[in-house]
Amino acid sequence: MSRQDYEIVMGLEVHAELSTKTKIFCSCPTEFGGEPNTHCCPICMAMPGTLPVLNEKVVEYAVKAGLATNCEISKNSKNDRKNYFYPDLPKAYQISQFDKPLCENGYVEIEDDNGEKKQIRLERIHIEEDAGKLNHNEFGGGSLVDLNRAGVPLIEIVSKPDLRTSSEVEKYLRKIKSILEYIEVSDCKMQEGSLRADVNVSVRKKGETKFGTRTEMKNMNSFRSIVRAIEYEANRQIDLIEEGGVVEQTTLRWDDVSGRTFSMRDKEDAQDYRYFPDPDLVAIRLSDEYIENIKNSLPELPESRKARYMDKFGLSEKDSKLLTSSKYLSDLFEGAEKICKNAKAVANWILSDISKMLNEKEMEADQIPFTAEDLAKVIELIDKGTISSAIAKRVVVELFENPRAPEVIIKENGWIQISDEGAIKEVVLKVLEANPQSVADYKGGKDKALGFLVGQAMKETKGKANPGMLNKMFLEELKK
Amino acid sequence: MQVSKEEILHIAKLAHLNFKDEEVDKYLIYLQDILNFANIVNNAPVQGLDETIGANNNYNVFRRDEIKQFEDREALLQNAPEQERGMFKIPKVIQ
Amino acid sequence: MELYEYTVHELMDKLEKKEITITDITKAYVDRINEKEKDVEAFVTTLTDEAIVKSQEIQKSVEEGKQTSKYAGIPIGIKDNMCTKGVKTTCSSKMLENFVAPYDATVIEKLNKEGIVNLGKLNMDEFAMGAATEYSAFKKTKNPWNLNTVPGGSSGGSAAAVAGNLVPWALGSDTGGSIRQPASFCGVVGLKPTYGLVSRYGLVAFASSLDQIGPITKDVRDSAILLNLISGHDEKDTTSINNPKVDYTKCLKNDVKGLKIGVPKEFFGEGINPEVKEKLQEAIEKYKELGAIIEECSLDIAQYSLATYYIIACAEASSNLGRFDGIRYGYRTKNFENLKDIYKNSRSEGFGEEVKRRIILGTYVLSSGYYDAYYKKALEVRTLVKNEFDKMFEKYDVLLTPTSPTVAFQIGGKSNNPLEMYLSDICTVSVNVAGLPAISVPCGVDSKGMPIGMQLIGDRFQEEKILNVAYTYEQATNFREKYKPEFKK
Repeated sequence: MSRQDYEIVMGLEVHAELSTKTKIFCSCPTEFGGEPNTHCCPICMAMPGTLPVLNEKVVEYAVKAGLATNCEISKNSKNDRKNYFYPDLPKAYQISQFDKPLCENGYVEIEDDNGEKKQIRLERIHIEEDAGKLNHNEFGGGSLVDLNRAGVPLIEIVSKPDLRTSSEVEKYLRKIKSILEYIEVSDCKMQEGSLRADVNVSVRKKGETKFGTRTEMKNMNSFRSIVRAIEYEANRQIDLIEEGGVVEQTTLRWDDVSGRTFSMRDKEDAQDYRYFPDPDLVAIRLSDEYIENIKNSLPELPESRKARYMDKFGLSEKDSKLLTSSKYLSDLFEGAEKICKNAKAVANWILSDISKMLNEKEMEADQIPFTAEDLAKVIELIDKGTISSAIAKRVVVELFENPRAPEVIIKENGWIQISDEGAIKEVVLKVLEANPQSVADYKGGKDKALGFLVGQAMKETKGKANPGMLNKMFLEELKK
Repeated sequence: MQVSKEEILHIAKLAHLNFKDEEVDKYLIYLQDILNFANIVNNAPVQGLDETIGANNNYNVFRRDEIKQFEDREALLQNAPEQERGMFKIPKVIQ
Repeated sequence: MELYEYTVHELMDKLEKKEITITDITKAYVDRINEKEKDVEAFVTTLTDEAIVKSQEIQKSVEEGKQTSKYAGIPIGIKDNMCTKGVKTTCSSKMLENFVAPYDATVIEKLNKEGIVNLGKLNMDEFAMGAATEYSAFKKTKNPWNLNTVPGGSSGGSAAAVAGNLVPWALGSDTGGSIRQPASFCGVVGLKPTYGLVSRYGLVAFASSLDQIGPITKDVRDSAILLNLISGHDEKDTTSINNPKVDYTKCLKNDVKGLKIGVPKEFFGEGINPEVKEKLQEAIEKYKELGAIIEECSLDIAQYSLATYYIIACAEASSNLGRFDGIRYGYRTKNFENLKDIYKNSRSEGFGEEVKRRIILGTYVLSSGYYDAYYKKALEVRTLVKNEFDKMFEKYDVLLTPTSPTVAFQIGGKSNNPLEMYLSDICTVSVNVAGLPAISVPCGVDSKGMPIGMQLIGDRFQEEKILNVAYTYEQATNFREKYKPEFKK
């Protein structure tokens, strides 16, 4: 049998760091970075005698995430301890949720590979604390424990094994990312690890109803590696089965450099988390009113924004969908439109030049280094005739490379459009004199020659001449 | 329930405790004794009773999301058996 | 009478009348510690020099009007499982032999605010696991009534220090009887408050759902006063109760007329020493004389309770003690090559045998395959125990039982048989399982002159009732005037 005879079955456990100001169980800041062990206190360092107190925003954010993904919200919930030893886990247990997660039985919708709508079911969303970080000392021969991240709040979103291709996985993850960004519960910065996924992969022969044995790839934090890792791991499993082998249920680590997966856990390690209710924390009971209030406070979600863009701005469905695929793009669009009132131009710039730059630079929309004001300014400058579109393209590139105010970029590069009649005339005359053949061609009825002449004038002015004025002036001179 | 030697070694591993060979039997006998006694919970008339989690009925005790920075980093690190550059030092961990 | 023999409320009277100064009190106790500590060995850390300096500072700030608390300058001893900033908190374990907490427990903050002077940290069973203070990694505390006997435990240092007048009062902690049983063995008053009345923040956890801090004092009035000082809502402990503040001295009415006292017959069964039974019977007669209504009743939960207690306590402990891993603080083995060695060897060398036994039991009952049969079942039995007590308190104001089946036993007498040791907690653990308040007051001595304790159990947050019932008995019997510890060798 060949690889085409197999079906890949995948489920995701997505961990998203919540964008609260403080940690889940203590008042330390969650801010990324900082000197080691400076965002710490006796509680998140697990000093003897300390006790956790749950951050109310964590519950609120998790409920928001649940409502935005069509989950049922549990009215009775609690925190449990998951016991295991690891140096990044100072209490030797992680406070998580076991049998009563805050949210259950949700779904999100994606498009499958044939463009059909497909529901991906969510089993649960629960709250838990992040672990600290181990720094590996290259020279000193040891590892160093930094607990700044220990206790940062996370939600874990667990899907059912409903995903079948790596592109579905990518779409699902993008969808989750986009939802969490829209409802503003996580900034989802994958490069900082604030969104990461464990991918469960198994394979089975097409038509088979039973699931195969799955492996779990931990802590993936880029779309590119996820897609590569899935393809590698699925092929590895298929080849193994084809050779008569058996897939072992293990935890794997994807290595981006070698493009392979490696087994992570020491086989001798006993795995038994001994979950039990955390006696230091009390029950979470959510009233209908509480849930209703959160529901009413949910910000506008992508579907609704999309409809509004089509309706109010007359954008196409395709463009509206692309713009709303990321909250950052959508916010950039709305922010710039509000200032320059030119929706079509803003949409065009975002979907063409800006998207192209993101692709080239392998950046996500959240990494766009300039503001909506900057983009609006560029468009206003075109509309006012201060710069040409050709120059604007170069301004946008500059905004990515070395972001500063568009006016400053233009001024520093001397890119202001030449709209002075005398100056334009001088260039036009110069070009006409240098190109007698084209003049003759034009007069002989070849209209195309005009384009060539304008192009020459543009070249002469390094693109700064006002194209409308150039055209007009050439026509006038050629009539003479 | 009868506890085997393998089981107690497994439990010790979970708890990250080391027993010397001569200690294993001692802990085994202890565990067996206390389990034999503790088994009476299975005879208690608890049909239809819920579990009691925690000793009182407090619920929804939350904290506001307000930063309070703990300033005394020295005091947090002062008990560390080994530290380097403000971090706790341990033997190299290979992931 | 020597200054160290007075109760705290008597010392406060003398201070108010300006018969003594703040520094006189601390000085008297420091001298007493210097004289008697070598016999009793109640302290892990003495703070005698620091206390003298502190009392002088407090004296000064009282004179300057900066400190206005009427308790300013009263000394105390603290069980060594409550975190004290800048002073070692060892839990009497090699694991924490040199541990200095970076913060104060909430109870310590409260006492500091009142200008209370800490005389030192008191010995205990390692991590509060034990009933004789013989499981301390450092020393065996002696019972001042007979130095060959144990002071009880786990708050044995606290009870012995109060009984021997090394401190005027002390804080203990009670997970299954650890305040009441040593109070009983040492002839002093020990109160275990309702779960949630006193903040646990800064108490090194043994079993989170059972632990409570409480006073060990010379008499009931002092117990009420110390409870006033340490109780109250704390935002740092989510299990702390937000009830209006009560003045517990107001309930000491010296009157029990018409109060209904239930005497559960199961607590007077065959395991209870006849001399203990006899003294309890005399106490019951005394209550009748004082006008209380006494009724025998049935509360058949003691065995279930005890089993449930050990399952829950050890399960929680196995998890609570995971943090002692030799990385951030505490003992680290010298014998390691890799991380696993650090974990296993630090924990195996740093914890004593009893602690390891309980970690093993706790890990077992939570492990896959056994959770339902033990832990889950224990949580259901916990509901049963609570319900049975609730039924009792529909009928009775308080319940009366012995605190311990026996008086203090010989040092080394029981420590070799863990199960036997556990069984001796039979009278006290149900109270923790149900989260109730209970007080132990002395009710006489046996034929060898060793104190016997009576336990009075109340419904949740009915501390006032048990304090009054205990107080009324104390006023009528005057134990402290009749009997005094003799430091018999």
